[in-house]
Amino acid sequence: METFYDVIRRQGVTRRSFTKFCSLTAASLGLGSTAAVKMAHALETNPRIPVIWMHGLECTCCSESFIRSAHPLAKDVVLSMISLDYDDTIMAAAGHQAEAILEETKEKYKGKYILAVEGNPPLNEGGMFCIDGGKPFVEKLKWMAEDAMAIIAWGACASWGCVQAAKPNPTQATPIDKVIKDKPIIKVPGCPPIAEVMTGVVTYVTTFGRLPELDRQGRPKMFYSQRIHDKCYRRPHFDAGQFVEEWDDEAARKGHCLYKMGCKGPTTYNACSTVRWNGGVSFPIQSGHGCIGCSEEDFWDKGSFYDRLTKIQQFGIEHNADEVGLAAAAVVGGAVAVHAGVTAVKRITTKHDG
Amino acid sequence: MTEATQVHGVLDSHGEKAARLESVYVYEAPVRLWHWINAAAIVALATTGYFIASPPPSTPGEASAQFLMGYIRFAHFSAGYVLAVALLMRIYWAFVGNEHARQIFYLPVWDRKWLWGVLHELRWYLFLAKAPKKYIGHNPLGHLVMHGFMLTLAFLIVTGFALYSEGAGRDSWQYALFGWVFSIWPNSQDVHTWHHLAMWGVVLFVIIHIYTAVREDIVSRQSLISSIISGERVFRDEADK
Repeated sequence: METFYDVIRRQGVTRRSFTKFCSLTAASLGLGSTAAVKMAHALETNPRIPVIWMHGLECTCCSESFIRSAHPLAKDVVLSMISLDYDDTIMAAAGHQAEAILEETKEKYKGKYILAVEGNPPLNEGGMFCIDGGKPFVEKLKWMAEDAMAIIAWGACASWGCVQAAKPNPTQATPIDKVIKDKPIIKVPGCPPIAEVMTGVVTYVTTFGRLPELDRQGRPKMFYSQRIHDKCYRRPHFDAGQFVEEWDDEAARKGHCLYKMGCKGPTTYNACSTVRWNGGVSFPIQSGHGCIGCSEEDFWDKGSFYDRLTKIQQFGIEHNADEVGLAAAAVVGGAVAVHAGVTAVKRITTKHDG
Repeated sequence: MTEATQVHGVLDSHGEKAARLESVYVYEAPVRLWHWINAAAIVALATTGYFIASPPPSTPGEASAQFLMGYIRFAHFSAGYVLAVALLMRIYWAFVGNEHARQIFYLPVWDRKWLWGVLHELRWYLFLAKAPKKYIGHNPLGHLVMHGFMLTLAFLIVTGFALYSEGAGRDSWQYALFGWVFSIWPNSQDVHTWHHLAMWGVVLFVIIHIYTAVREDIVSRQSLISSIISGERVFRDEADK
């Protein structure tokens, strides 16, 4: 396996510069002189982690996002930090040549490689809605998962199911954690996830050799522990009660809170309002559109992106909680009034009996 | 022997005698207090909760000069804490209070007499039974509804704290205690919707609760409205006993 040291040397860094880098880093971190040796040893012996990147039912928006990462640059991740051994959409090899890599990795790096999955497997009809390399994708996924160290579930598809799992989900598209139960899974939801979040997760795993701390839903805490709303730059307008009421009103021009326009920021966990997109240029709310909650479970099935109150589909025609509640209150109120009327009539007519 | 027990009934200035009434001390002070704290907290929570879901028209001027949603949310959270603490106190009182303080915390579904009682009270409310039975605590149907209300209240408190933990953060005790709600509904949008629906459940309860309290006070000839102020339940027909 190629080590980090090999890569550093290959990129034209001399042995002298390498040792200088180690001692300087150790000194600047205040680690003492022995740490420099340890650091050099680690870089010389730690292999670059092999990554197998597979694609199930997906749209490749995760890959598109990933290759636009600025910090670190995607090319540094792919060429220096990890050993991206297989990625059928961007690799040069094809056909049997490509599939042979899977077999080789599975054998050679048993329990040491990371399986990154973009998209998810459909389970209906034996998985035949997604055939990859002549086999249902679900079989390929289970087969490669067997010997993986960990699985990264890229995007809303792999994490939650996303659009192909939206009702009525005819292909029975299923998120990775519902298919693979015996491996650690890192969910990196989003449609797509932010580029820097993706490379950040990879960087963490390669740097520390372990998975980042995950939350209850299996997402890395460092990127998914706060809501868009909590770090939104328009939050002061929310607290003040200043809302955009129409898309073309004064408040929209002034950049007030998009809460009433159905912004899902208050229920969405992601790093958009801190990391932002395209190298920190902007994010949806900054561009004047509410968050659609693309990193949340079943966001396609939670009604319109523009509804403040979620529509409830269980009642036949779509209604929100207030409509359901008001209707129920009207029925009960009416029943109470009728009941009171009947009680009064009964009392008048039977007064003398009692 | 006091004078009151010697004089049966009360005399007015014209010498007219009031009937002697049966009265039982049912609702102890903490139970009554809980009732009224709940009433106040629920009014505050339902109003502010409605405005959190559907905010009032936008405020003018600079954001730095306004804090309307902040105040509404603060009132909601404060009232929520009051409601939760009051429920904890009430649960404590279920252990140390009198027999009636325990009633709404469980349903005696194994008791055939109680089950028939539910049926009879249903018949009474459907005008099929001539007279209601008199119970010192809640009648079986009321007992059932009260128990349902307690569960709704608990649901609102649990989901409320879970939603609160979203703002309080992943390291908060609220998340440690109530974060499991998000294992049931990973998308907190659903938790919002259920919390909102449960609020409407409480509104329905309040309508029925107030109506039946007033109605039974008149029709069933037993005190209900004064009872939640004084704690005494008065039964107006001696013959019935």
